[in-house]
Amino acid sequence: MTTASGYNFAYLDEQTKRMIRRAILKAVAIPGYQVPFGSREMPLPYGWGTGGIQVTAAVIGPDDRLKVIDQGADDTTNAVSIRRFFARTAGVATTERTTAATVIQTRHRIPETPLTEGQILVYQVPIPEPLRWLEPRETETRRMHALADYGAMHVKLYEDIARYGRIATTYDYPVLVNDRYLMRPSPIPKFDNPKMDMSPALQLFGAGREKRIYAVPPYTKVRSLDFKDHPFAVQSWDRPCELCGATDSFLDEVVTDDRGGRMFVCSDTDHCGTRRDAAQEAAE
Amino acid sequence: MTGPLLTVAGLTRLYGARVGCRDVSFELWPGEVMGIVGESGSGKTTLLNCLSARLEPSTGHVVYDTRDDGPIDIYAMSEPRRRLLMRTDWGIVHQNPRDGLRMGVSAGANVGERLMAVGARHYGEIRAQADEWLRKVEIEPERIDDLPLTFSGGMLQRLQIARNLVTHPRLVFMDEPTGGLDVSVQARLLDLLRRLVTDLGLAAIVVTHDLAVARLLAHRLMVMRRGEVVETGLTDQVLDDPHHPYTQLLVSSVLQP
Amino acid sequence: MYVAVKGGETAIDNAHRLMAEARRGDPAVPELTVEQIANQLGLAVDRVMTEGSVYDRELAALAIKQAQGDLIEAVFLLRAYRTTLPRFGGSEPIDTGDMAIRRRISAAFKDLPGGQVLGPTYDYTHRLLDFALAAGGDPPPAALAERPVDAHMPRVADVLSQEGLIERDRPGEDEGPPCDLTRQPLEFPAGRDLRLQALARGDEGFLLSLAYSSQRGYGNTHPFAGEIRMGEVAIEFLPEELGFPIEIGTITVTECQMINQFKGTKDIPPQFTRGYGLAFGHAERKAMAMALVDRSLRAGELGEDVANPVQDEEFVLAHADNVEASGFVQHLKLPHYVDFQSELELIRRLRAAAIRREAAE
Repeated sequence: MTTASGYNFAYLDEQTKRMIRRAILKAVAIPGYQVPFGSREMPLPYGWGTGGIQVTAAVIGPDDRLKVIDQGADDTTNAVSIRRFFARTAGVATTERTTAATVIQTRHRIPETPLTEGQILVYQVPIPEPLRWLEPRETETRRMHALADYGAMHVKLYEDIARYGRIATTYDYPVLVNDRYLMRPSPIPKFDNPKMDMSPALQLFGAGREKRIYAVPPYTKVRSLDFKDHPFAVQSWDRPCELCGATDSFLDEVVTDDRGGRMFVCSDTDHCGTRRDAAQEAAE
Repeated sequence: MTGPLLTVAGLTRLYGARVGCRDVSFELWPGEVMGIVGESGSGKTTLLNCLSARLEPSTGHVVYDTRDDGPIDIYAMSEPRRRLLMRTDWGIVHQNPRDGLRMGVSAGANVGERLMAVGARHYGEIRAQADEWLRKVEIEPERIDDLPLTFSGGMLQRLQIARNLVTHPRLVFMDEPTGGLDVSVQARLLDLLRRLVTDLGLAAIVVTHDLAVARLLAHRLMVMRRGEVVETGLTDQVLDDPHHPYTQLLVSSVLQP
Repeated sequence: MYVAVKGGETAIDNAHRLMAEARRGDPAVPELTVEQIANQLGLAVDRVMTEGSVYDRELAALAIKQAQGDLIEAVFLLRAYRTTLPRFGGSEPIDTGDMAIRRRISAAFKDLPGGQVLGPTYDYTHRLLDFALAAGGDPPPAALAERPVDAHMPRVADVLSQEGLIERDRPGEDEGPPCDLTRQPLEFPAGRDLRLQALARGDEGFLLSLAYSSQRGYGNTHPFAGEIRMGEVAIEFLPEELGFPIEIGTITVTECQMINQFKGTKDIPPQFTRGYGLAFGHAERKAMAMALVDRSLRAGELGEDVANPVQDEEFVLAHADNVEASGFVQHLKLPHYVDFQSELELIRRLRAAAIRREAAE
């Protein structure tokens, strides 16, 4: 039997990595366009980040420092499992610091700390097709993308406002990339959408089960769909993080008892920890 | 001096060896309503599909006088352009309104979709237009947020018409627009259609097997049989003084009790 | 003071240990060997090999052991292993007409060249729990036929095609080598090569239900089990430097040729059409279901109405893979705090707005 050490660097063989890199290059060349690729069977289940892992495996090198987050946190089980997978199969250094990472694989969040040039953010994508809700057929959605036939997408937003008085999409909020392709940002909260716009970092999206890769190159326009009289707006909280006092971060609600006790804390654990460390240093 | 809105020349559509329609030529002028009548299987619907860019003909041309660039063969256009034409300057009213509506979204969104498809991005304005068009087709504006699933057959057909007319098309294709409706509902719909066509100066091509519908709506008629046009002329002329034996048969069979 | 949940690493390690313990069960009971599974749970091994796309009884048996008998999990393990294997090339097409037959039946003809060979089957056993089996012991030896089965048994479909009564199998001569679903994404419309691969890898239960639905009126194909045959076929490989194929081994396969009524169109005279199923090992249910679904998916090509789930290529092929389906269904166990938080916040706002409206009225 082959053991973990019998696998190639970062698990995938070099030919497969080259195939994925070709798909990534194409995706970078056509921002927001979903490039089909020969997604491989991975030792992790579909829906648990196989697309992101393949993208990371294709772009990571021995000198990289990898950070993996799930829900903004480095220590959630799935993040731990994926980080460990690369530590084991690629032997790369890992980190929990956003600023120290060269490659960040994420599920459902963009770090609060602004990303910089040279960093790569790899998103795990469950369903890449933004038009899927109204058209289940791949043949038809491909045609709609080709023709930039996106009017129907606004129908959904219209329905939200008609029914709820506001756009009731809170995560996986559709965006238009580079004024051309409609794209799903993966299930990040819409709070994170503005971070995608003109980001200095390279953003790569991998959908393993659906076998698609897409990308937002650095400094690319990413616009969230909206109406002129119902402009896109992000969530806000009327209280700060109870651990670090941040007022501008996405907060998780933690149930503290069964009598309605709640507390709100940063979903980004690195951001929260760094702020607390800094506050403590300042106090000393 | 403007020319015809639609110029059809030598249009033939074959299904293998079988003829869908053969060698059809005519001109349609702005504001003119053309009726296509004949029995089922006579090629009416094939012809309508060829004319409305939904079925590529085997030979022949369909030339449309576009607003910006004048006459262009619709099958020589790029697909994006053809799609844009179909949802702005044209309307297509299906016999079964469910084929032309999104049954899962509200009446307002159904009417507003075309506006959004061509770039309308102001919710309030889209809604105001939807409201206005629902009134025009005699649907109470209170129903604007209701799903079409809750509408009667006549209302569905009127909603489909509103959805098509909201972009102020110049040409509307209708396939048996009153088919499947009760007689009283039919009468009301025909009345509405006639008024809209006149008020808006619409040109239309109406396929129907019902000569009463043709008489009420159409200025001119084409009678089809086995894929070919056997007689054309002003509606009254064709119905009151049919020349071709087939037309005579068609008219007399209607007049029989 | 509240401390955010930590300790994922240890928790995962402990979960693995606990699972290993549960898998082993009572240590007083002897541990299963891979050989035992490969030999005595042969049909489970066959299914895992088929859906796992690897013909290796030992690996499949190990996967079954590791997965505690969860066959979908075992398929997953085998597939993940398969990904890492180097690829030397494709074999020559196997010739099932040249199969060393162990079982061969036709429901279309009472008798035919080579005869009906019942072989090993549960078809005619009474499904009574056999308490003697619980006690263990060797079965009596099966009787040996007086003479071996015919060396050559023509395939029923070939017999029919001599008369021109059945459509010809179109050899993919001008189509180049078949696509490989494990290397290329599935694109629609899929060719028959991709379709058959997807069905062969597809979940047996899913295909079975779809096939069943076609029999119950949701897209009837009027099928006859033209032939089902099971046995060993040789695998030949053509090394480029040699220039001629060499035999590298044999595998057991089950093949099903469904024969379906077809009324014909103006271009095609009435004739029988085919649905095809093939599976590793002894897997008749799978091969038959696959053949029925294959034929149903040809509705569009044959000018039939496409109105039922089983005829819908995108619906069937996009959802047949149980490793994909299992992963995605179960990913709901992953944390969704952030999305849920966003929804929670929205619902609160909407409710607050509704209450304000009510109060104002």
